Parts: sequence; structure tokens; C-alpha cells
Amino acid sequence: MKSNFTLIDPPSNDVITNCMHCGLCLPTCPTYQLTGLENSSPRGRIRLIKSVAEGKLAITEGFIEEMNFCLDCQACETACPAGVKYGSLVEAARNQIRLTERETIKEKILKRIFLRGVLSHKFQLKLVARLLYYYQNSGAEWFVQKTGILKIFSKKLNKIQHLSPRIDKVFFDEQYPEILKPEGETKYRIGFLSGCIMSVAFTKVHEDTIKVLLHHNCEIIIPKNQTCCGSLQAHNGDFDIARELAKKNIDVFLEHELDAIVMDSAGCGALMKEYGHYLKDDPVYSEKAKKLSAKVKDLSEFLFEIGLKNSDTLFNHVVSYHDACHLVHAQQVSSQPRSLIQNIPGVRYVELPEASWCCGSAGIYNVVRNEDAEKVLSRKMKNISSITPEYLVANNPGCIGQIEHGLKEQKLNVRVVHLATLLREAYGL
Amino acid sequence: MINSSVLSQIKTIVDNGKFLTSQEDKISYSYDGTPLLEFFPDAIVKPTTTEQLSRLFKLANKERFNIVPRGSGTGLSGGSIPVENCIVVDMSGWNKILEIDQENLTAWVEPGVITEQLHKEVEKLGLFYPPDPGSMSICTIGGNVAENSGGLRGLKYGVTKNYIMGLEVVLPSGEIIQCGGKTMKDVAGYNLKDLFIGSEGTLGIFTKILLKLIPKPQTSKTMLAFFNSPIDAGKTVSAIIANKIIPATVEFLDNVTIRSVEEYAKIGLPTDIASLLLLEVDGHPNVVEDEAAKVVECCKANNSIEVRTAKTQEEALKLKAARRAALSALARAKPTTILEDITVPRSEIAVMLQKIDAISKKYNILIGTFGHAGDGNLHPTCLTDERNKEEISRVEKAYAEIFEEAVKLGGTITGEHGTGLAKRKFLHLVTGQTSIDVMRSIKKAIDPNGILNPGKVFTIS
Repeated sequence: MKSNFTLIDPPSNDVITNCMHCGLCLPTCPTYQLTGLENSSPRGRIRLIKSVAEGKLAITEGFIEEMNFCLDCQACETACPAGVKYGSLVEAARNQIRLTERETIKEKILKRIFLRGVLSHKFQLKLVARLLYYYQNSGAEWFVQKTGILKIFSKKLNKIQHLSPRIDKVFFDEQYPEILKPEGETKYRIGFLSGCIMSVAFTKVHEDTIKVLLHHNCEIIIPKNQTCCGSLQAHNGDFDIARELAKKNIDVFLEHELDAIVMDSAGCGALMKEYGHYLKDDPVYSEKAKKLSAKVKDLSEFLFEIGLKNSDTLFNHVVSYHDACHLVHAQQVSSQPRSLIQNIPGVRYVELPEASWCCGSAGIYNVVRNEDAEKVLSRKMKNISSITPEYLVANNPGCIGQIEHGLKEQKLNVRVVHLATLLREAYGL
Repeated sequence: MINSSVLSQIKTIVDNGKFLTSQEDKISYSYDGTPLLEFFPDAIVKPTTTEQLSRLFKLANKERFNIVPRGSGTGLSGGSIPVENCIVVDMSGWNKILEIDQENLTAWVEPGVITEQLHKEVEKLGLFYPPDPGSMSICTIGGNVAENSGGLRGLKYGVTKNYIMGLEVVLPSGEIIQCGGKTMKDVAGYNLKDLFIGSEGTLGIFTKILLKLIPKPQTSKTMLAFFNSPIDAGKTVSAIIANKIIPATVEFLDNVTIRSVEEYAKIGLPTDIASLLLLEVDGHPNVVEDEAAKVVECCKANNSIEVRTAKTQEEALKLKAARRAALSALARAKPTTILEDITVPRSEIAVMLQKIDAISKKYNILIGTFGHAGDGNLHPTCLTDERNKEEISRVEKAYAEIFEEAVKLGGTITGEHGTGLAKRKFLHLVTGQTSIDVMRSIKKAIDPNGILNPGKVFTIS
């Protein structure tokens, strides 16, 4: 029977056939654990995608729901002995839902206006961020929260307003020049992605990363004309815009001779490592994309490779580590950050139970599917409260925001920090 | 097709439990872990009480629809694949451990308890439930009882049937019976309990299971022995047994399997060797030391090129987890993996390995073999692509021949996966026609209308 997907970027038939439906993914899937239903398991979703590809199922409401219910945490990929690239299937299916105009109005607004219109363009991003800054700092937000006035308009909006990241007063690229040199000799030349949300709301993490890299004799290049990496767009199934953004970044980063491109956001790193895959059929960019992807490294990967400098001071704190899905599952990076933390003099490291279980942030999932995200978060919170460390390291801005929100609700006194922040404090930089 | 008025009666019966009928639901419950088999059920239900189950059976007899029980759907013989005119009864929600009795060393559990969860809970108390099927991270105890599942520890500790003391069963008539109990001895009447173990969901649905527990072995030692020839590995197994050592685990992996497992698990296995044995001895520390030394001797005497010992418990766990993933890991090489489950007397392991090799060459197909060499249970797994119909037909011919050879050596067509749909046409090779007729009459006595999982193990008529 004829496939119910379009001919443009359909989910790969080879990947679909690669799944031998053994079920070993089920215990690792947060949504299957929530519902106990086969449809909301990786194995079930692959079968649904297969059925659409074989023309046995239309792109139904039920199909769309299952594709969007998935967190795309890719824990199933780590668990899969057969090596099925599940994430690529679900992302391709989401792209098909978009291409066949089957998104709901809400999704359209969120994905097209927010992901396409705002995040993908620096000017719009800064404009919206500036407005949000004034809202958060002029007293308007205080008024809205105190009075609960938002409830009158939308209960849902009221529930998710705390998830909006705190916007920085000065944006990242307004503070830093294009090239930064270390004090001593230059041992490595590093490319740095300022990103979209990171550059307006996580300036502090960027600053810490830069301090730590400079301390390790890195010359840092922050190309002016770079753009958003495209990860939120790609993971939510907007391949067109993701490819457009990828090409821009490939051009600006490949202008420089770089030893590595170092990432402090797991989601961005995961996608930039996949540029080669997304552009594999592009006659001009396929080789360049592969070249760029090969240079991309998470901060923890990079520091682990070059080795941390010694520190004279003791950092006497209890520290634990949460695996960001897009680092542990999408990039298979898990031992390096742990090893770095454990080697900080004075640190007592405690392993977080189920550290690699998703926190529910999952890109924009906690905004679009807040209720489900809260359920996933509660499992993470139970695990954190079982050890209550002083510091919990998470190498992804989404996770940091989501876990902080959970901690606030539970009134738990744990500081969630990026590895860069922890290292900067440990070195006293 | 079940008509809509009957469906609405089914919905009324399951009440607060789930009742699913969408196309997406039917697709998601059309398969289990078995390759090449699928069928759409008319509905999927998740009953929440024994009474609901009983009423479902009564309605099924009255309205003549079929019931197919299901746990986590990891079976490898098609036991939980839907049949015509059926509802799937999903028991995975029945996942409570009801009691762990430390005085009698027993546990009452619901059928949907995940095998590995049970391991964790009883081990916290210093107790041990040995059956450990490859899919133990997600398979259910109910499914294990229905299939009489084995695992890596079968050689020393036996299989599921050795740990079942009692059952509560809803019969196809809707009646509820209890068989067995906490007594160590019980010869009152026929041993009905054992009739249900391994009945592959054709004689009743379990609602409560009483398990036997044993004290957890004090210590264990895990070793890997590498060989340049699979035959040497086979001979080593026979030598270990002949030396009167019964290890907890003796697992065999051939080169194709080693390469796939290493690619997945990255545990440092050499990928150029012909085969390896994963061995574990357990028990009292002195005995473990002594037996481990003897096992190493046996390996060396049979041309093992290297024997490695796991340094930590963590490393040992990793090795065993990697072995459990063998079947799925083989899917890295080719998309479709069709595995079999033959078992021969363990003295014949080396001979059977040679036969498999010859048959794979004869039909020009790629077979990766791994398995529980210690108990003679091998899983020759054909790596193929279901889209290549011509090759699939050669695979089928090759397996028919492998079954015949296994039976000739005094073995069986399935050691631990069950007959289900996938192997029923070969059942007569092992049991003979008269035995199948006896099984049919038992089925007819318990399920006269043939409403419970019909067509599994053997055809109804």
C-alpha cells in the first residue's frame, strides 16, 4: 500500500525495519512508565510509524498525539541493543505532521511563531527578550503573580508562566568581542556558540564557560554572524528551518581554523553533532556539515580530553550529577562530567539515583505539555530528595530551569548549576 | 469481528479498567517479541479484578469470542499474538508484590510483576529468585510461568517451574481455582499446578502466583574464556560437567554474536576470536575459589586462548547484562533476527554446533549462535531481512533441518521460549502425535469452546 507520509524526508525505512520489537526499551521510557500502554512506548510508536509508512494507518489524531507525547529523550536508544535510531524516526514523523498541515492551532502558534519567527532570528529574539525583561523587572510580573490575574485569561498560561527563563539585563553578544585570548599561552583555538535562549537568559553560564576555557589556555572565537543552532526546530520536526540555520553556522564557523567547537548546552551540542546527518543529501553542504560536526564537543568532553588544571583550594561540598538526555542519550557522554566533578579537590560526589531519567524539560515539552512534564519531573524530584546534595550539576539550560522549578515547589535547598559554574567556583575564577 | 453490542458488554465488565479499540491501539497490541507475526485484536482490555476476568470468560463462552492473555509482550514464540475474533487481556497492570514470607521463604506476587523488580526486592532481604530470562528487565512473572521461562542461571538453579509453589487461576469457564500452597510437600490429588506451568496461556489466566525463594549465594566469580574454535568451547562445557562442577552460568557466544554484543555494550571483548564462554560459579567463598580454579583448568585443557576473571561485581553484572542483550544486539548486523531455541543433551553441544554450521553453509544463510551451553540450550539466530522473501524461505528450510538434527540427538525444538504459533508445526517431531492428542483432550476438558488463546501450541481441531 502507498505510504501516508510525503516523499520529503519520510522516516527511514531501514531504521523502522531495524527494530525487532524485543521490548527492552519499555522499562526506560518515561511515557510508557506513566501510562503502561504499548502505544506510548518506543516500540509501539515505531510500529505506528511503520503502519503509516505502509499505508495501513493515516496520520490520525491518535498518531499525532503519540508523536507529541514522546519526550524525545532517547533513553530508549541507549537501551536498544539493536542500535535503532528512534529519535530520528519520531523527529521525521513530526516533520511529516507539519508538512501535511496537521498541527493544531496551538502548536502552529508555538512552533511556527516561536521556533521559526523568534528563536531563528536574532533581531526578533532580542526584541521579544527585551520585552520579557521589562515585564519581569518593571513590577508587571510581580503584579500578575500576586493578583493571579492571568488565571482569568488562561489557567494554563498561569501554570506555565514560571517556566519562562529569567531574561538577562545585558545579552551575551553585547558583552563579548568576537575573539578572546587567554592570559598565558594559547594552546587551543575554540569556536563558541552563543545560541538563542542561552544568549539572552543564560549569560551567566556562558560567562562561566568562557572563564573556565580561558583558564585552560583556550583562545575563544565567537563568530558574529552565527545563529541559533536549530535544535528545538529539528527536534520538534521543522527540518527546513533547522537546515537553513545549520548552513549559516557551518559557513561562519568553518571560516576559522578551530581545534574544537565547545558547547555548554546539551541540546545544541546534540544537534550540531548531527548536522552531517541532516545535510547528508545536500550537494554543497554534506561534506562541510560532516567536517563541522566532527569538531563539536560538549564542555565536559573537551575538558576531560585536555585534562583539568590543578586547583590549590579545596571545594568542600557534596555534589551530584543529573544527565541531560541530549548529552547522555543523544551524545553518549556520561562518564566524562562525572570524572571531572569527582576530581575537584574536596568534592564529595554522590550518584543521583536514576540520574539518566528525563526531568521533563525536553526542549519546549514542559511548555507545550506541562501536565505530562510535571509528572515526569516528580520522579526526578523524588530521586533528588533521596540524596539532597548541595550542588546538582546539569549541563543543559532546559534541565536547570525545570529542576529549579521542581526544587522551589518542594522547598528543597539544592543549587542546580552548570558544570562550568561549578568549575569556576571551585577554581575561584 | 466481535460485534458492537458484545464490545459494549465487555466495556461494562472492565468498568474502571482500560478498554481500548482505536486503530492505533490495535496496531500497538498486534505483536510481541516474535519476528514476522502480527494480527489485529478487536479490543484490548486491562481488567483490574479477578471478578472482571471471570465475567469476561463467561461472556466469551456465551458470545463465542476469543481471549488472548498478554504480559509485557516479550515472548519469542508468538504466545501473545492476537487471533481472529479476539480481545487482548493485558495483565501488566497487576504488578504488586503481595507478600514476602521470610519464615517460609516464599513470595505471593501478582502476574504483572516485572521479573527484575522481584529480584531487587527479594535480594534486599538476602533472598534469591533464580530464574533470569534475557528480557528480565521488562518481562512479567505471569508470562514466565506461562512459558516456563529459563535464563542464564538455569544450569545450577533450574527454571521457572522449579520455583512455583502455588497459583490462583481463572479458568476459561470463569471459575477460579487455587492450586499448590506454602507446604513443601503436597500430594493431594493430581498436580494441577504443574499443568498450568508452561501452558502458554491456553488453560487459564493467573491472578496470583506463589514463588519459592532461596537464600542468596554468599559470593560469586564470573569468568570469560576465549576460544579459537567453537568445538573447543563445546568440549570445555562437557569437561566442566564431567569434573562434577555445576556452575551457575555457562553461556556460549560465537563470533557473529560477540561482534554484535561488543558493538553495543563496548565491554572490551576481542572481536577476532571464534567463540567465548561466560562462566559463573557461586556459593560459599571457599567453594567458589576451588571451583573457579577447576573451571580455569578445564578451559585451558581444552585450548582456551585466554581466561579473564571479572575484578568487581559491577564488571560481572556488565558482562551478564551484555550477554542478555545478545539477541537484540544481533539485529545490528541485519534487520530481522529469527532465533530458535533448540536444546540437546549437554554432552552433544559440540556436535550440535557443528551441525548448525554445516546447515547454515548448505542454505547460504548467516547464523549467529549463542545460548546456555551448560544446559544444552542453544539459540541459533538467523540474521536476515524480512523484505527478502527468497532468503526467508531458505531460512525456514534451514530451521526445519536444525530441528530434525536436534531431535535426532535426543533434544527438543524449544527449551525455554515455548511452542506458541511459531513452532507448532514441528511439535510432533518431539512429542509424537499421541501426546498431542492427549494435550488436545486436556485443552478440551478445561476449555471446551476453545476460547482461550486458541491455536497456540497446537491447532484446536
